[in-house]
Amino acid sequence: MTATTAEKMTETPSNRLGDRIFSGLALAAGLSILVALTGVFAFLLIRGWQGLSQDASFYDAPRANDFLHYVWPLVFGTVYAAVIALVIAVPLSIGIALVISHYAPRRLATPIAYVIDLLAAVPSVVFGLWGILVFAPAMVPTYGWLDDHLGFIPLFAGNEGGGVNPVGRTILTAGIVLAIMVLPIITSITREIFAQTPRLHQEAALALGATRWEMIRYAVFPYARSGMVSAVMLGLGRALGETMAVAMVLSAGKSLVTFNLLGNESSTTIAANIASNYKEGTPGKVAVLIATGLVLFVLTFVVNFLARLIVARAERNTTR
Amino acid sequence: MSTLQSPRTSGLVSDLTAGKLPRFAPALAAVIALGIGALAALLIGGGLLATVLFAAVAFLVVLPAWYAVVEGRRAAVDRLVTCLVWSALAVALVPLVSLLWTVVHHGARQLDATFLGQDAFITALHQPTGILHAIVGTLLITLTAAVMSVPLGIFAAIYLIEYGAGSKLAAAIRFLVDVMTGIPSIVAGLFAFALFTLLFGPAYRSGLAGAAALSLLMVPIVVRSTEEMLRLVPNELREAAYALGTPKWRTIVKVVLPTALGGIVTGVTLATARVVGETAPLLLTAAITTKVNLNVFDGFMTTLPVMVYSSQAKGHPEDFDVAWGAALVLVLIVLVLNIVARIVGKIFAPKTGH
Amino acid sequence: MIATSARRVLPAVAALALGVSLTACGSSDDKSATPSSSDTANLSSLTGELNGAGSSAQEKAQGAWAAGFQGLTDGNVTVNYNPVGSGDGRTQFAQGGVDFAGTDSYFKDDEGELSAANKRCGEDIIEVPAYVSPIAVFFNVPGVKELNLDADTIAQIFDGKIKNWNAPEIAKLNADAKLPDLAITPVHRSDDSGTTKNFTDYLGKASGSWSYDAADAFPVKGGLAAEGTSGVVAAVTNGKGTIGYADESQVGDLAVAAIKVGEDFNKPTAEGAAAVVDISKAVEGRPATDMAVDIDRKTTEAGAYPLVLVSYLVACQHYDDAAKADLVKGYLTYVLGDGQAAAADEAGSSPLTKATADKALAIVEKIAAK
Repeated sequence: MTATTAEKMTETPSNRLGDRIFSGLALAAGLSILVALTGVFAFLLIRGWQGLSQDASFYDAPRANDFLHYVWPLVFGTVYAAVIALVIAVPLSIGIALVISHYAPRRLATPIAYVIDLLAAVPSVVFGLWGILVFAPAMVPTYGWLDDHLGFIPLFAGNEGGGVNPVGRTILTAGIVLAIMVLPIITSITREIFAQTPRLHQEAALALGATRWEMIRYAVFPYARSGMVSAVMLGLGRALGETMAVAMVLSAGKSLVTFNLLGNESSTTIAANIASNYKEGTPGKVAVLIATGLVLFVLTFVVNFLARLIVARAERNTTR
Repeated sequence: MSTLQSPRTSGLVSDLTAGKLPRFAPALAAVIALGIGALAALLIGGGLLATVLFAAVAFLVVLPAWYAVVEGRRAAVDRLVTCLVWSALAVALVPLVSLLWTVVHHGARQLDATFLGQDAFITALHQPTGILHAIVGTLLITLTAAVMSVPLGIFAAIYLIEYGAGSKLAAAIRFLVDVMTGIPSIVAGLFAFALFTLLFGPAYRSGLAGAAALSLLMVPIVVRSTEEMLRLVPNELREAAYALGTPKWRTIVKVVLPTALGGIVTGVTLATARVVGETAPLLLTAAITTKVNLNVFDGFMTTLPVMVYSSQAKGHPEDFDVAWGAALVLVLIVLVLNIVARIVGKIFAPKTGH
Repeated sequence: MIATSARRVLPAVAALALGVSLTACGSSDDKSATPSSSDTANLSSLTGELNGAGSSAQEKAQGAWAAGFQGLTDGNVTVNYNPVGSGDGRTQFAQGGVDFAGTDSYFKDDEGELSAANKRCGEDIIEVPAYVSPIAVFFNVPGVKELNLDADTIAQIFDGKIKNWNAPEIAKLNADAKLPDLAITPVHRSDDSGTTKNFTDYLGKASGSWSYDAADAFPVKGGLAAEGTSGVVAAVTNGKGTIGYADESQVGDLAVAAIKVGEDFNKPTAEGAAAVVDISKAVEGRPATDMAVDIDRKTTEAGAYPLVLVSYLVACQHYDDAAKADLVKGYLTYVLGDGQAAAADEAGSSPLTKATADKALAIVEKIAAK
């Protein structure tokens, strides 16, 4: 949409050469991404193929006897954790991005932006450590309260015999930790985009008597929509692929599918499962784990595809 | 209403202030909300946390409702959004401050000349050790990864926006970049490990292999954020440059990239921050050592996150201390990188009106 | 910089080390296999890098061994141990990626792992026990500091059959303890681990109530899962009514249960753990260089503690490079000798008994250049 045919006007030889080199480089960079991804895919396929159909003992036998039963709870857990993370992180991130770009005075906005960026730098392991030592125990009373008062909703039912996870290592905890990890990614990108909204659009809206919120809604958001979607997609990718923090924080039940947010055991994610079981894996088990990596790859593919479809449809509706 | 009886001049003033809440309104609403919160917590049960939560919810109801009554619906919505936006910040700051405080609290007492200035190579038990080798490893591997992925990512984004816009190939690449963001770090590590051991023999471990694994994670973030920033560069700028006879590549280098620089720098910083804390891929590809290694192309290399991971896995209190100390240094390094990146961005960004 | 310069001078070092190794070989015949200062004296001429990978349980001990060995070699040798896990350690060893490996379970040939390792070495591998550590069953129950348990009770607790701390099965074994009316929350490892394998192996063999196979992955649903030893310890510490299993050295201040052996209840001790290795049977069909044992979980020997983790060191008998052979030999000799005490101090492991150590040292003694 931005490409123009203006270059026709300036066809001196040196410029044409420069242009050719430059566009060649750009194309090569784009293609190298294709190559890298094909490489990863081929690697997963070759190393994981054997893992798709193996002896039952490689799938933690009494719990799952074939690959489908092994991988389905992991797929569920991956999506569930990512959804929890995004539900929490997206509104918060957009809110914070707005504070930084439009609400806070300049003197305050810069330090806030710094602090949020800093959060992106905290290593997963430290998130994991903080999660098990500080955050999860701190959440236990809240979870108990949720179980007591909202226990009739299956999400908050807790354990069968009553009570909640006594150390707070639930999928909700993992989802919140993931949300905190995803938050800086979404915030940083959206705030840059909000800040790029043309001054004129904004001032025109205000001049027409719009309140600040109306200005944001009718001038900033439409302008930033595509960028916001990109930011959320990046966050989603992080949430789907995060390993260490989830592995450390979650009390993972093997081959378990449950929506329960507060119970002793939760479904774990594909990435965390690979990270925690790769270490002790015999060649056969490693093949199974890499095969789950292949499934995650396909899952990311499908999720992205669906998201793009939904966004495209929504955009068609709004432009009508 | 009362303005009708007032003299004309003062009437104009009160017209402007009439239907406005007094400045102390939010404070008053906060007090009322706190009361409601305490009452609710008392009735339904729950501690201090519940009180604060109920109070927050009450505040979000009371203040906009008051605005709705006095100033009308539009002002009320505006006020509500303002409250929500600031509460989003407040909510996010709680875990953030807790996290940073935990790291600083546990890590700060570790920092001294020995810890920062020595490696962990010892020839007897209980000799003092440091993390210099891990600091060096982190800087080298991250730098190598950035050198590999930043130009690649920016050029790919340039292709997506400037050259391939609208083409099928660009759409495919854009989609695949999204898929790439979901590659778990351990898979990236396994891939790089397989690739490099295939090329250079089974015993090959190096910072380069680690950096290659990290690049796989960095590239999509750089591409995506750069792409968004390039997209926001107004077309008028490009057309103005073309009209002056500037070739396309010079337009990109001199006009488009500088305009988007602030955002690109943010994206690169973000990508760097994302990978600087990676553990699993580096344990496989760069392994772990106790000495300083300045050669990225050969030999084991330790990074700070690997050090944090392996220290905490040992499980003894003194090892946890090392883990926290290393974590704090890592956060500080990223803070410095962040500041440097911003300064660079400021220097090279074109001067704008605001 | 240090690493690069080491690489540049490698040929010179190799030549030097060749001379050293020749003298070492010449003198080794008349020496006993016991570790002695004279045996380690010529270590100071060694230089270079020694790379290993594997069991994360050994990591702390490997740190102590590396420090000790680096001291004996005057800081000219660097020992790098990469705690990637036993499975990956075995794979990296078989691929030739590392000089030695540490593994919590001995090489097996179900999936061709042993053959692959033998192929790498061109002959039978060396596999010797190096790190023995009791696995403690530890708990966090208010008011209870001492607890006696037998294998059956532990099995039923972790199987979710016994659900309360005041259950009669527990009360029967603990007449003096004031057991509260509190739900039991068993904590297990969420990641696959050698600790879980040894724990489930013990439950399967020593009790009649455990119907699952020994496996790296914990087989029962329910209960609480935590990543890594430190995760399990944190979960038991933070919870109430929790019980877990972990390497004894990392349990810290938490209360540890005594388990029934014969007619006694034994708490984990270094001597009790090491003794079990001696009375366990060697795995059948193994060559003389392989000391793999199937641990005797049912032992009734007084003082023994059969819930142990035995972790091995794996190496080749011959290396292409003479310098490498000397390094591996020197390191393993140190680990099995003086290193055992160092690891006990530092990592809380149980030193090998003299009988086992001597046998292992006799095997390691044969490491040489091809």
